Amino acid sequence: MTKVTMTVNGKAVSGEVEGRTLLSQFLRDGLGLTGTHVGCDTSQCGACVVHVNGQDVKSCTTLALECEGAEVRTIEGMANPDGSLSVIQQAFQDHHGLQCGFCTPGMVMTASALLAQNPTPSEAEIRHYLEGNICRCTGYHNIVKAIMAASGQDVSHLGSDAIAAE
Amino acid sequence: MYAFDFVRPATLDEAVAALGGEEAQALGGGQTLIPALKQRLAAPATLVSLTGLPELRGVCAADDGTLCVGGATTHAVVAAEAAAHYPALAALAGNIGDPAVRNRGTIGGSVANNDPSACYPAAALGSGATIRTNTRDIAADDYFQGMFTTALEPGEIITEIRFPVPEKAAYVKFEQPASRFALVGVFVAKYADGVRVAVTGASEEGVFRWTEAEAALSSDFGAGAVSGLSVEADMMIGDLHGSPEYRAHLVKVLTGRAVIAAG
Repeated sequence: MTKVTMTVNGKAVSGEVEGRTLLSQFLRDGLGLTGTHVGCDTSQCGACVVHVNGQDVKSCTTLALECEGAEVRTIEGMANPDGSLSVIQQAFQDHHGLQCGFCTPGMVMTASALLAQNPTPSEAEIRHYLEGNICRCTGYHNIVKAIMAASGQDVSHLGSDAIAAE
Repeated sequence: MYAFDFVRPATLDEAVAALGGEEAQALGGGQTLIPALKQRLAAPATLVSLTGLPELRGVCAADDGTLCVGGATTHAVVAAEAAAHYPALAALAGNIGDPAVRNRGTIGGSVANNDPSACYPAAALGSGATIRTNTRDIAADDYFQGMFTTALEPGEIITEIRFPVPEKAAYVKFEQPASRFALVGVFVAKYADGVRVAVTGASEEGVFRWTEAEAALSSDFGAGAVSGLSVEADMMIGDLHGSPEYRAHLVKVLTGRAVIAAG
């Protein structure tokens, strides 16, 4: 076992891990941060996306020891300091961007990374950026709409019917 | 995963020494290797992470007109930083996998693995790149030796890949939508002394140069130059996504599209 130290959601944390311990396992089993979901465990689905040093990565395909000294942010670190939902989270609620909610942590973390580098993405850019995040409920329309709304853009033209007709 | 030790050297010398150990394996971004380890397709005793070596990271334009990309440079960084120098290479990097994969996966990892459907081997071979390691320089034509097979010796580390920048180039990938690997991908690059055409995703022997198309395009750089050519299906990959004949057809179609995209 090796000691690993990192900052998670602003707090310094450390723990004993094996070489093969995944970041997702360290977060969920080591720190109890079970908001990071493991959907496929094969790098396909994106439910486990977290930020490492500001970049969105799949925590199921990153070793915990690769994150020694890193700044990690998970879905538990997304809400505002007063506990209210962040703009992106609120937009997912307002626009019904989730149904079962399993993919939502990864969707929110990916959306947050996108908006950090591209504050007003087009619909096509949002869809391209979500290629690594799979949702089996919504058909993506309302996720795209929520992200666009979170970016402050008008989404009135993005009725589900309008998108479906494209 | 089977258990392994993890080391993250701070210098190239330390990395070389660590890779000299019994059953040691280099780790780039891990976007292929970690899934392979999970499936117990590999069982290294030690994983040697190369991402902590600053000299292996970054993109720079060399005095001789080549673009140098450090072996541990992520796809996302290549997509952003190569755009001004070699747009076709940046576009290729920016369309590998998905954003999270591009933030971790590295060019050295991709080229060392030489997956028959990976994108980077097509860029390296199509550009006549030089694969620079801790011990030597290897021409791309000598480097790629078949599916998952390269000229690398055990423990050899890709430190840099040098791309001669072409006059025009484009990469067109017919994407397998579930994996986002290339069902077939064609990289076309026009240099002053001729055209190179490299094909990934298609052949049982991994990335290859379509020399017949290179000859035709070197004398007439237009999509029409390849329309009369044909590709043998003999050595093409056949799987549930496409038959050998389908892939052979795609090679020609995508080469034409790449020529048009190169402009």
